[in-house]
Amino acid sequence: MDFLNALVALLNFVIIPATAYGAQLALGALGVTLIYGILRFSNFAHGDTMAFGTMVVILCTWGLQGAGVTLGPLPTALLALPVGIAATGLLVIATDRGVYRFYRRQKAKPVIYVIASLGVMFIMNGIVRFIIGVDDQRFVDGERFIISARTFRDMTGLEEGLAFRTSQGLTIVVAIIAVALLFWFLNRTRTGKSMRAFSDNEDLALLSGINPERVVMITWLIVAALATTAGVLYGLDKSFKPITYFQLLLPIFASAIVGGLGNPVGAILGGFLIAFSEVGVTYAFRKVVAYLAPGDWEPTGLLQLLSTDYKFAVSFGILLIVLLFRPTGITRGKSI
Amino acid sequence: MIGAIDKRSMLLFALVAVLYIGTGFVQSWNTTLTILNMGLVSAIMALGVNMQWGYAGLFNVGVMGFVALGGLAAVLVSLPPVGEAWAAGGIRVLLGLVLGAATILAAILAYSRMAAGRTRTMTMVVILVGGFFLYRSVFDAGVAAVEAIDPSSTGFLGGLGLPVILSWPVGGVLAAGAAWLIGKTALGLRSDYLAIATLGISEIIIAVLKNEDWLARGVKNVTGIPRPVPYEIDLQQTDWFLDLSARIGADPVAFSAVTVKLCYAALFVVVLLVVIWFSQRAWNSPWGRMMRAIRDNEVSASAMGKDVKARHLQVFILGSAVVGMAGAMMTTLDSQLVPSTYQPLRFTFLVWVMVIVGGSGNNWGAVLGGFLIWWLWIMVEPMGLALMEALTSGMAEGTWLREHLLDSAAHMRLLTMGIILLLVLRFSPRGLIPER
Repeated sequence: MDFLNALVALLNFVIIPATAYGAQLALGALGVTLIYGILRFSNFAHGDTMAFGTMVVILCTWGLQGAGVTLGPLPTALLALPVGIAATGLLVIATDRGVYRFYRRQKAKPVIYVIASLGVMFIMNGIVRFIIGVDDQRFVDGERFIISARTFRDMTGLEEGLAFRTSQGLTIVVAIIAVALLFWFLNRTRTGKSMRAFSDNEDLALLSGINPERVVMITWLIVAALATTAGVLYGLDKSFKPITYFQLLLPIFASAIVGGLGNPVGAILGGFLIAFSEVGVTYAFRKVVAYLAPGDWEPTGLLQLLSTDYKFAVSFGILLIVLLFRPTGITRGKSI
Repeated sequence: MIGAIDKRSMLLFALVAVLYIGTGFVQSWNTTLTILNMGLVSAIMALGVNMQWGYAGLFNVGVMGFVALGGLAAVLVSLPPVGEAWAAGGIRVLLGLVLGAATILAAILAYSRMAAGRTRTMTMVVILVGGFFLYRSVFDAGVAAVEAIDPSSTGFLGGLGLPVILSWPVGGVLAAGAAWLIGKTALGLRSDYLAIATLGISEIIIAVLKNEDWLARGVKNVTGIPRPVPYEIDLQQTDWFLDLSARIGADPVAFSAVTVKLCYAALFVVVLLVVIWFSQRAWNSPWGRMMRAIRDNEVSASAMGKDVKARHLQVFILGSAVVGMAGAMMTTLDSQLVPSTYQPLRFTFLVWVMVIVGGSGNNWGAVLGGFLIWWLWIMVEPMGLALMEALTSGMAEGTWLREHLLDSAAHMRLLTMGIILLLVLRFSPRGLIPER
């Protein structure tokens, strides 16, 4: 029975990675949910928007690294982040002007927007592949660990090490800042309030003199900022590969729907719910149980519920359960 | 009914025919036939998606999953069974699967039969958790035993050893089963939910194919799936074939390749004609009118006493079955199942481009879209390369930018498809051959 070591192993392999992943999903899901709340469609190009933003940041980071500019212990990518956000903002505004605005004027059905977003997805995916290729790109630099496993062991004398990577710490801090900013904006500023009003009741908002085009443009800018940030944090934490970003679409949508589409708080809750389930279900609990078990007994199996290759199945399973039992999501978003 | 094509459609089909024939003259007839065969398969996939989208307005973005299920059917039907693997753990694997299914069934029964409340929740949790561990304890040992049998060449249960053509309907049935499962849960909710649910299930199906080695060897791939048509090498040794190729003055080797492809094409054409005949019959029947009425106004259709959810489920299953059948045909054509080649952009979204460009709600439009977009998908790559070469011809040899542009020409496909989709959606939203 070794409770402390079990706790450390759990922290190291489940809680910390899941928190970082959850923060990344939450940022992504916030983007999806905002688009859904204001423009009223599910944006299939979101994963590729993230990939585009991250690509710009990576190119800038390489430029900065080449010029010898770094942020010391922090990744240089943070310096390049504003550039990435600006470029992505320009791209999504251009997409809105070129593609979605036409359908807005036509008052097209939501599914037409979704199909248009498929076209946008193709184009963005093509652009990203065209510029940076399909391979894995690493752009992380600076200090790798806030606490490395060895330091932790020396510090505490425990058998089990705890590694806390810079990218994980950074993800959590940046996500908290971004979410705080977003909620301050939505709840305290005039523009934010007009956005919420527009999302609640479009006709009423139009009657009270809110300019819909302005609301839509600001939404896209916020979405670009959120998507780029989420993409860069994910890339720093894992690695950048265009196809992975496309595949992130599923957990991100699952987070947004589970939390209740159109509801920002729900998107954050959903992100963490999906991340913790995904990591928890695919983690082999053998070590933790071995520490907790009395004496020298060790479980024979890995105690892994599902192999990591089935992590999609986890987000999908949660999604199905929510759709079946509570179609509006856990926080009562918009539905049907 | 099949003859009801107007002048414009005839012209468009003639244009596509010119594209294919032109490829034959410019490149080779072998290439044309290769593109044509996949074009036929694509047309059938597009017909399946058109049933769901054009007839009923259902947005299915899990086409890839149904295609892959068809591919799995080809393996499960046509390959000979691996006797040793069955002896080692086949029964155990099956028993595990039955236990897993029984667990889920028991949980569903508990949910529907018991009164809502804490007791029901607890019972369900106990059934699911207990059942899961029972299933894993039986299933895992069986899988390990099966996968241990000569993993470099088999390591799976094999198939039934039946003719591969049988796998086409079987693929349809497998896909229909998956569609029933998704439709039961996601239909009746908002359209976006069906989209996300189908996207999810298709990724899971691919994950299963990649990881369950006992089923279809996972990423080790299954090759050498038996063919429904003769092999080139056999043709080259038969007298009548050598005689025939001598008589028309063709090289026996090249002629045998073309003959085999023609055989495939003939089989596929038969299937395509059957599918389109049924589709057209369905479209013009009272059932088809009912589907369109539901699509155009669900509220008034249900007020007229139509069961919207049941009809949606029906057409969703039918469309998926057609896609699954096309998937089995594709794997038969390739003679191999390679799970890692199933990419959503290629198998889901490309088929959508075919339907939208061809004309949603028109079967002939879907077929045209299938042929046209498939031809473009193949041809954009060399065209992109040529374009890049023209663009970069002014640059010095070996510059970084020139190399990069030439290397990236392969990615022109996605860009082109996206642009085509957006242009058609905007300027001709009803497609090349619109619904009448």
